[in-house]
Amino acid sequence: MFKKVFRFYLDGFRSMTWGRRLWGIILIKLFIMFAILRLFFFPDILKRDFDTDRQRGDHVLEQIINL
Amino acid sequence: MLESIDMSLINWSRGQFALTAMFHWLFVPLTLGLSFLVAFMHTIYVTTGSEEWKKITRFWMKLFGINFAIGVATGIILEFEFGTNWSNYSWFVGDIFGAPLAVEGILAFFLESTFIAIMFFGWDKVSKRFHLTASWLTAFGASLSAVWILVANSWMQHPVGTVFNPDMARNEMTSFWDVVFSEVAVNKFMHTITSSFLLASLFVIGISAWFLLRKREVLFAKRSTLIASVFGVLAAAATIVTGDTSARIVARKQPMKFAAMEALYEGQTHAPLVAIGAMRTDTTRIPNPREDFIFKIEIPNALSYMVFLTPSGFVPGITDLVYGNDEQGIISYPEKIERGAIAIQTLRELKRAKDRGDEDTYAALREKFRDPEWLDTYYRHFGYGYYKGRELKELIPDVKMNFYAFHIMVILGLHFLILSALAFWLSLKNRWGRQKWLLWVALLTIPLPYIASQAGWLVAEMGRQPWVVYELMPTLSAVSRLKPGAVQVTFWIFAVTFTSLFIAEIKIMVNQIKKGPGGK
Repeated sequence: MFKKVFRFYLDGFRSMTWGRRLWGIILIKLFIMFAILRLFFFPDILKRDFDTDRQRGDHVLEQIINL
Repeated sequence: MLESIDMSLINWSRGQFALTAMFHWLFVPLTLGLSFLVAFMHTIYVTTGSEEWKKITRFWMKLFGINFAIGVATGIILEFEFGTNWSNYSWFVGDIFGAPLAVEGILAFFLESTFIAIMFFGWDKVSKRFHLTASWLTAFGASLSAVWILVANSWMQHPVGTVFNPDMARNEMTSFWDVVFSEVAVNKFMHTITSSFLLASLFVIGISAWFLLRKREVLFAKRSTLIASVFGVLAAAATIVTGDTSARIVARKQPMKFAAMEALYEGQTHAPLVAIGAMRTDTTRIPNPREDFIFKIEIPNALSYMVFLTPSGFVPGITDLVYGNDEQGIISYPEKIERGAIAIQTLRELKRAKDRGDEDTYAALREKFRDPEWLDTYYRHFGYGYYKGRELKELIPDVKMNFYAFHIMVILGLHFLILSALAFWLSLKNRWGRQKWLLWVALLTIPLPYIASQAGWLVAEMGRQPWVVYELMPTLSAVSRLKPGAVQVTFWIFAVTFTSLFIAEIKIMVNQIKKGPGGK
């Protein structure tokens, strides 16, 4: 069953004509999003700066009561 | 309060989010609508066994594939921005956004990515019925994944089914079903989905018109037009009905947005609806010292009737909402600001009591956040508290932007209904394609539903400003304290990336359209 599914996808990708260019665009796009933007420009600030949910909650609480 | 906030940080963060959301929305509605049109065409092919319908299905499936491939994952950027640019907001709503987005991710992954592959690769590889099932499941999968993000957005417009936990500064879900089936969520989904069906129908009618103008693939173009026009008429009617319901809901839940949509400063009974008008440049002032319009054409009583289904209904204007109206039971903004400030101060005292280990004070204050009466009197206006000492006009959305966006959407919606109905009627009579000018109108209409759809989102999002979470969290307190320069850099990276993607989509699509249904 697994082999059949694998062959189905493999044959599908192999027989692509115009779709190959699309896959190229998708891969470039995903690379820009995850390998560049996510890694260098978009950290999850609360996850990066704090270890526990309690600390994150305290931080946000301080932010919203001390503006 | 808030004097220390850098307004350019807020503006750039808002601009960046708007840019990415609007680019993302260039791809989504066509995916939502075209997937169903393809499924219908595929059904006709499987039912009739006609090779012409197979050709039709494959062509539109190809265009659907291009749009899907270019657009897929552009929405993930918005989630990046939540974590980086809007970390306070992200935490504040965490549980509410987490559940719907998790369901969305699972559904999108399993339904769309599994069945879309069968849909594209399955020709002559799997049974016709299984292949058709994959087309339908792809369509339903796309719509289902849209449900969850729209549910999350609706909660921001109208927070229900949750309770605020003051210890964690977080809203926690008390009823998943209240969140999912709030009237705002249900109507938003229906209006978004039906307008997306309409956009896809007009896309198919427009492209088919191009083939008819070139006198190429005439049978293909006429059949495509017939299917799309049936779909288009139904979708246009449903969009108008859901839009009307949406306006009624907005009038009750977000009266300031509604007043801005109609540029109504002074509330009144027998309120007229401005059908068309041109506004002066400096209208967002309170009290508004001058006539707001250079010219306008009004429909008497229509606004009152639209909201209350009776002309004697009182529609509050911007001035009523800001300064209050005792007769109509409307609380003024200064009063809401006072109550919100008390809620913020209570939260502050609770935090301090907890930090110094004063358990009695903490317990008494914590109890307030469980008391329905206190919550309704004070916490409900929490967000207004941030505006103590600031100008009241900061609580008014951009009136001109809302007025024009709303009216452009409505006027274009009527154009779409008429065009779809004409295409349907003339297709039935086998006369579609005889009038060249009508084909040109259909072709030139292709970008218009995109404009209408974007205008609709502008009303939805700009109209609720300054709120990120309605009346609880303004953009000022939601934004992360980043350097504005860092946000500017990513703004331009997105602008370049998304513009490139959009140009790539148009180029590939135009190329495939030129090749026609017979092209490889």
